[in-house]
Amino acid sequence: MNKTALKELLFKIADDQLILGHRNSEWTGLGPILEEDIAFSSMAQDKIGHSYAMYQILEELGEGDPDQVAFFRKAEEFHNSQLVELPIGEYSFSLIRHFLYDHSDFLRFDMLRNSSYELLAQVSSKIRSELKYHTMHARTWVKKLGTATDDSISRLQNDLDALMPYALGLFEKSPYEEEIISENIFGGEEELRSRWLELIAPIISKTELVLPDPEGVEPVMGGRIGKHTEYLQPLIDEMTEVMRIDPDAEW
Amino acid sequence: MNNETEIRKWLEDVMDPEIPVLSLVDLGVVGDIELKEGSVFVEIRPTFVGCPATTQMKYDIESLLHAKGFDDVHVDISYKSPWNSDMITDKGREALRKFGFAPPPKGNLIDDIDVLEHVECPQCGGTNTELQNPFGPTLCRSIHYCHDCKEAFQQFKPMN
Ligand SMILES: [Zn+2]
Repeated sequence: MNKTALKELLFKIADDQLILGHRNSEWTGLGPILEEDIAFSSMAQDKIGHSYAMYQILEELGEGDPDQVAFFRKAEEFHNSQLVELPIGEYSFSLIRHFLYDHSDFLRFDMLRNSSYELLAQVSSKIRSELKYHTMHARTWVKKLGTATDDSISRLQNDLDALMPYALGLFEKSPYEEEIISENIFGGEEELRSRWLELIAPIISKTELVLPDPEGVEPVMGGRIGKHTEYLQPLIDEMTEVMRIDPDAEW
Repeated sequence: MNNETEIRKWLEDVMDPEIPVLSLVDLGVVGDIELKEGSVFVEIRPTFVGCPATTQMKYDIESLLHAKGFDDVHVDISYKSPWNSDMITDKGREALRKFGFAPPPKGNLIDDIDVLEHVECPQCGGTNTELQNPFGPTLCRSIHYCHDCKEAFQQFKPMN
């Protein structure tokens, strides 16, 4: 098995989950209603748990201790998409990001259940089940607010237009894309992207929202090779603050 | 001589850290148990990958087995046959109900939000209930409301 290719795949998945998990946790105490507060906090806990499971597999593959790997890297060493690092913005912005990201995350793990790398296949089946609750949550609210008032519809539409280029950046191809596919480690970004569009388009069409034509959108790439926005480094600094004070703390 | 069955029996005394009336065995978290040359290997299947109680579960099992005289105890997290809510035993379901939580419906696990919409109320047994939030106070619980009892209750989430 091509270990380098496998690691690259695991890093981008784990880093997406870790960063979005921390972004979502910023909603604690700020949600528009208490239920949403709890939901975003719970989903954050799931995401960080999922990333940790990925870092543990990376440890098996010879990378360092999961805490070290998670917290002691610089922004340019992170493989997350730029989508997940953007600040939380208004609730509608975080909701649309959650909707776009979690449907791709669900499908990615759906595909990874068949990975030739056994350890990844096993945990993917579990993570996939948990993500059903995340997509269910996102769909419920997008349907609700996407059919509510003119104001809520236009807010969501603006956020959808703004986030679509970033969401398409989730599917930035790996330098090892061919190996990943031919060795059956993962079905690849192109397949994921088309399954994602097939999944979200009918949901959006049941609302008053219009999904931007993906062919007319320039994807924001670069996250997977360490090119990030100005927002990532401050977030990492914040995440590691506790770790730096006591690097040996038990987590 | 101890055997795997006896060890599993002991583990029925180790309770879930969040629901102290439910044993880890009845929750379905305890997987394969293996005895090899005086060492014990216990497989645990987390209910949720990010469940913070997993560390405590691991520790509680280790402590019990140390107390039973085993020096070399290995409790390992495994996703070989990942936990699903059908692994909760009937005894476990009863314990959840007594604790005031609706047990997850058996079989035909979630593919849609519908199965969460009219969950059986643990108080009155009726289904005139509605889902308030798929995310409750812990990862494994959802929050519901019973229109007959006029009270909120929690369900242990179905998961496949
Ligand atoms: Zn009732």
